[in-house]
Amino acid sequence: MSLIYNEDQQQLLDSAQDFLAARSPVAAQRALRDADAAVGFDPQVWQGMVELGWSAVAFAEDQGGLDFGFAGFAPIFEQIGRHLSASPLLSSVVLCGSLIEQLGSDSQKQGLLPGLIAGEQRWALALEEADRHQPDLCDTRAIRTDSGYRLSGRKSWVIDGLEADGWLVIARLEDGQRGVFAVPAGTAGMTLQRRQMIDARNMAQLLLEDAAVDASALLSSDQFEAALELALDRGRACLAAELLGCCEAVFAMTLEYLRTRVQFDAPIGSFQALQHRAARLYVQLELMRSSVMAAFEALDRDQADPAQRRQLVSLAKWKANEAAQLISNEAIQMHGGIGVTDEYDLGLFLKRIRMAQSQLGHSAFHVSRYAGVRLS
Amino acid sequence: MNELEEFRAETRAWLEANCPASMRTPMPSEEMVWGGRNVEFCSEDQKLWFERMRDKSWFCPDWPVAYGGGGLDVRRSAILDAEMRRLHCRPPQINLGIWMLGPVLLEYASEEQKQRFLPPMARGEIRWCQGFSEPNAGSDLASLRTTAVLDGDDYVINGTKIWTSYGNKSDWMYALVRTGPMVPKQKGISLIVLDMTSPGVSVSPIDLISGKSSFCQVFFDNVRVPRSQLIGEVNDGWKLGKALLQHERRAMSRFSESALPTHFDLDEYVKRCLPAPQDADEVALQQRAVACLMDEQAFSLTNRRMIDSLSARQDVSGLMAISKLVHTEQEREKFEILLQLLGNQSMGWSGDGFASRDLDLTGAWLMSFAQTIAGGSSEVQLNVIAKRVLGLPDPVQGVRS
Repeated sequence: MSLIYNEDQQQLLDSAQDFLAARSPVAAQRALRDADAAVGFDPQVWQGMVELGWSAVAFAEDQGGLDFGFAGFAPIFEQIGRHLSASPLLSSVVLCGSLIEQLGSDSQKQGLLPGLIAGEQRWALALEEADRHQPDLCDTRAIRTDSGYRLSGRKSWVIDGLEADGWLVIARLEDGQRGVFAVPAGTAGMTLQRRQMIDARNMAQLLLEDAAVDASALLSSDQFEAALELALDRGRACLAAELLGCCEAVFAMTLEYLRTRVQFDAPIGSFQALQHRAARLYVQLELMRSSVMAAFEALDRDQADPAQRRQLVSLAKWKANEAAQLISNEAIQMHGGIGVTDEYDLGLFLKRIRMAQSQLGHSAFHVSRYAGVRLS
Repeated sequence: MNELEEFRAETRAWLEANCPASMRTPMPSEEMVWGGRNVEFCSEDQKLWFERMRDKSWFCPDWPVAYGGGGLDVRRSAILDAEMRRLHCRPPQINLGIWMLGPVLLEYASEEQKQRFLPPMARGEIRWCQGFSEPNAGSDLASLRTTAVLDGDDYVINGTKIWTSYGNKSDWMYALVRTGPMVPKQKGISLIVLDMTSPGVSVSPIDLISGKSSFCQVFFDNVRVPRSQLIGEVNDGWKLGKALLQHERRAMSRFSESALPTHFDLDEYVKRCLPAPQDADEVALQQRAVACLMDEQAFSLTNRRMIDSLSARQDVSGLMAISKLVHTEQEREKFEILLQLLGNQSMGWSGDGFASRDLDLTGAWLMSFAQTIAGGSSEVQLNVIAKRVLGLPDPVQGVRS
């Protein structure tokens, strides 16, 4: 692989562009928000994504996947970002799919993956307990019973947690190790609370009070930590690609505005003060793209060793976070008053960008993580 | 194994066999080898390495064989580059002619001029300097006033050039001169090459905040240059100059990247100076240093992406336009962090109280200020990006802003 899209990826990019422009433009996200739907995405658009094969891209053929390789997600998430499109692709396929694929027994995989890939069953990852991303924090407990386990704890931020068909709950076992449980909808002892966020997407708090599950709900605990880290790294790279797409859209809107908005009898883009700031945004956009591509290169078919992968993924998420911060803020400032109106789409992008920055690690988190590899 | 991998294996084997061990060590600034009439070597190994690379035609690996180059395509020269880096091979010589003038001659010079100037350049026989800036023509380069007036078969040159790197040590200069009227000022400029030993050329070095520098001012007093040494069309030199500057931006980032004058690895200093950050100030400094390392890596990945894009025949003008800006600004940030890491020890000026490495660092830090100005200041780079890459409109004359 290289740091530019190959022909197959380019085709995925083009078909994603066509599909999302037609079925999930920014106006559709605005309509979803205005409808105040808790599920946060359009099930028909999600079905369309499944039909395009997006939920199957990274899975092996013997599991019902397309065996395209993980790098297929780079162009898809870039376009998702460009169109500000909501879907459970990250939560169900990338995050939960990765964990099931790595940790599931044959029967667990057979039970869970086909429905997930077919878009019929939607899973959500119940990991986060703190307000900032702290993947190691886990006070949720799993107590062994005669027939299985009882789970208790609070998962504060579950992406796409509402109306899911099941949750992958991370809990601490009695031996102190962590494990992941596939908890189906309808399990007693669970309470979901909707969290209405700035990006109007699906977010829930999950409360577990002696929620009883079968012993078969526990996925293999062998290599759990390594598997979780890989799953999260995959999610981080996808979020970084989404941020890249968001930034491209925001930057294009800003350039267009600089060319056409006239003040003092001149397009404001002819003023050097703004030209230089716009040029700096472009620089960040290019650095971000290189970093994102390198992360996908490391993740594709898991070629890289874990330390190298960790370093490149944290670089990508950090760079995406930082560049998106600058680009979104500058975009609004350069637009002036219209940039802070709800009518204009920039605000929708700003809100999604902030959520994506925070999810799976803000900048300081990834600087520390990167340092852990680079300076060791 | 595909052809590229075969080439990689051959290249690696050749370098391992031919690059002397002492040429695989970090290069102190005084050990740089400059191609030219009076090339000086500090050791037999240097000479050997110089001659072997010259005879392999790898001073100019990507030039056509007909002009003394190695005839490698983009992929293969990138592989050669990467393999040299992997083995820590020193550059066998430094030669601004090859990096900047060469590509422009290849594109614009007459066949006769190519035959005359390129092969000696490719053999490292001529050391070139650049005569662009003038005391009153810096960022506004097109306002240059050094004149070349035709007299018989010669141009007669009068005026002065400034910021000419190694003007005192170079054999030939390529210069932008005014052969036509000032208005419109870009139209009357030509590119000309001249022998620095011509009567009427005088050179004086310039001291910088970092001390002695390679920069010189060059004066021309009725210097006669044969008209056959004018490159391209008369009064059409601005186009060539702009092409040259694009190569300069890339060359400058390569130049400092190939560890000149000396390489300072931020990783190493952070590990040494902050082995286990405890206090809040140490943690904050470490975070700033790590962010700098991350930005450096993002830039080096961008260079890799540029090579990938080139070999896929994609447009890389945008990536080329950001290269010099990003690299020189990152370097300046790196040195500022090193200053904080090392404290007073990094601000010594001279004497036995400081290791030469520390004094080199002081000098390199001060030079980093020159790098964001030389070769088109950061502001000029931003203008170029805004206009040529982003297509933002030109300023409207007389607008009140």
